[in-house]
Amino acid sequence: MSVLQALDLRRRSASSVPPPASGKPAAVAVAKLIDVSKCIGCKACQAACLEWNQLDQPIGYTDGSYDNPTDLTTASWTVMRFTEYEHGDDLEWLIRKDGCMHCDDPGCLKACPAPGAIVQYTNGIVDFISDNCIGCGYCVKGCPFNIPRISQTTSKAYKCTLCSDRVVVGQAPACAKACPTQAIYFGTKDDMIAHAGKRIVDLKSRGYQNAGLYNPQGVSGTHVMYVLQHADKPSLYAGLPDNPHISPLVGIWKGVMKPLSLAAIAFAGAFGLMHYVTKGPNKVTEHDEEKAAELAGGDRAGSDRA
Amino acid sequence: MTEHTKPVSRYTTAARINHWITAVSLILLALSGMALFHPSLYFLTYLFGGGQITRAIHPWIGVVLAISFLGLFIRFFALNFWNRDDTVWMRNLGAVINNKEEGLPELGKYNAGQKLVFWGQSILIFLLLGSGFVLWDTYFASYTTIDQKRLSAVVHALCAIGAILIWIVHVYAAIWVKGTLRAMTRGSVTGGWAWKHHRKWFRQEVGKP
Repeated sequence: MSVLQALDLRRRSASSVPPPASGKPAAVAVAKLIDVSKCIGCKACQAACLEWNQLDQPIGYTDGSYDNPTDLTTASWTVMRFTEYEHGDDLEWLIRKDGCMHCDDPGCLKACPAPGAIVQYTNGIVDFISDNCIGCGYCVKGCPFNIPRISQTTSKAYKCTLCSDRVVVGQAPACAKACPTQAIYFGTKDDMIAHAGKRIVDLKSRGYQNAGLYNPQGVSGTHVMYVLQHADKPSLYAGLPDNPHISPLVGIWKGVMKPLSLAAIAFAGAFGLMHYVTKGPNKVTEHDEEKAAELAGGDRAGSDRA
Repeated sequence: MTEHTKPVSRYTTAARINHWITAVSLILLALSGMALFHPSLYFLTYLFGGGQITRAIHPWIGVVLAISFLGLFIRFFALNFWNRDDTVWMRNLGAVINNKEEGLPELGKYNAGQKLVFWGQSILIFLLLGSGFVLWDTYFASYTTIDQKRLSAVVHALCAIGAILIWIVHVYAAIWVKGTLRAMTRGSVTGGWAWKHHRKWFRQEVGKP
């Protein structure tokens, strides 16, 4: 992706300058709502994603499950993850569409060292700007959901763009458009939360007492949300994090360490300069040379000096 | 000042070349590493031809440094073991800093400060090498978990800052203590320098212990 002209930036990786304000009002926050209870696992969304984004997923290997491919790749920005959940005599097939969650507080952007390689638009979409990406993999360390993938051929990071190029012209993401059961909704974040509320009421009336919305506050909410039948146990859904947050290690690395390190280096340099200015150099004196000659004995000066 | 003795040989040509390969790699690593550490220093990537190349070349320079430093380690570790005089020297660090080192014990080839620089860099470069492999995604991404990579990123940055601070001490000491730098350029020091700073070593060199 490249930066979209029609959308302003809210955040820009590795940039201390605020993004330029154009004067127009900030875009309305958008969100994709994935209703796991309505998903039939057909993978139309995966096909639509590959098609719209002109991606080529090479034929791989099966691991015996329906997951295909078995993991997110640089070409497969979304993957259906199938989980067989057995409880009592019951078996539930939980099918979760995995992909970038478009965190409101994106760990990838926080970790990124390349200015402008990751941006967050005012509508909440987090996008990788390939032109600026240096392929370091820091986004992988910053992400609480294990989403970005680094290409071995292009050395760039890739992930779901939430079809930012479609959204900016008023279209829904390709996956939402393709879904035959309308398990994927797209709209303003407020509308999606309201719609999720209705779905949750419906699910509860059908016996899913713990149905709920997955919009984790540990990352200040996400712009991709799930309706889960078992919202009390998100990890049932192929390891969806129960309480995702940016790792404290990333927080230290990208937070206090940066100014403290530069301050320590500057202090060391300043200390050296001040020491030289106040104490002066440590010089060998004539006396030292004489004592050396005395000790060396026969090795007197002038004997065979080069 | 006139020299009254022959120059005292301190470093062989091979040791000097070994040192300068290490020095150049360390400086290049610091520049490329700082470029990726702090956004305000990202412009340093232009020295290497851009962000992608900086990211790609940094670990290879690290390999050069590790091999080169191993050479220095093997050459000098035996001369850097701590002894009782070093403890006395450290206790009188204030006198040293004030250029009043006259009353201190006679020293061998290295003083306590130099020894601390040696062991500090040895430990830090070892940790930098280990954490660096964990962060070298091009070849080693699949061998570690994301949590291990996160920890390595913090360890790598901390050790790098430590190594840069020690490097500043090392370079400043060479500027401050006159007559030191020629040991690493021409390989020798004056008799007066050896007598003043490393008398025990000087005695051995002239065969009068």
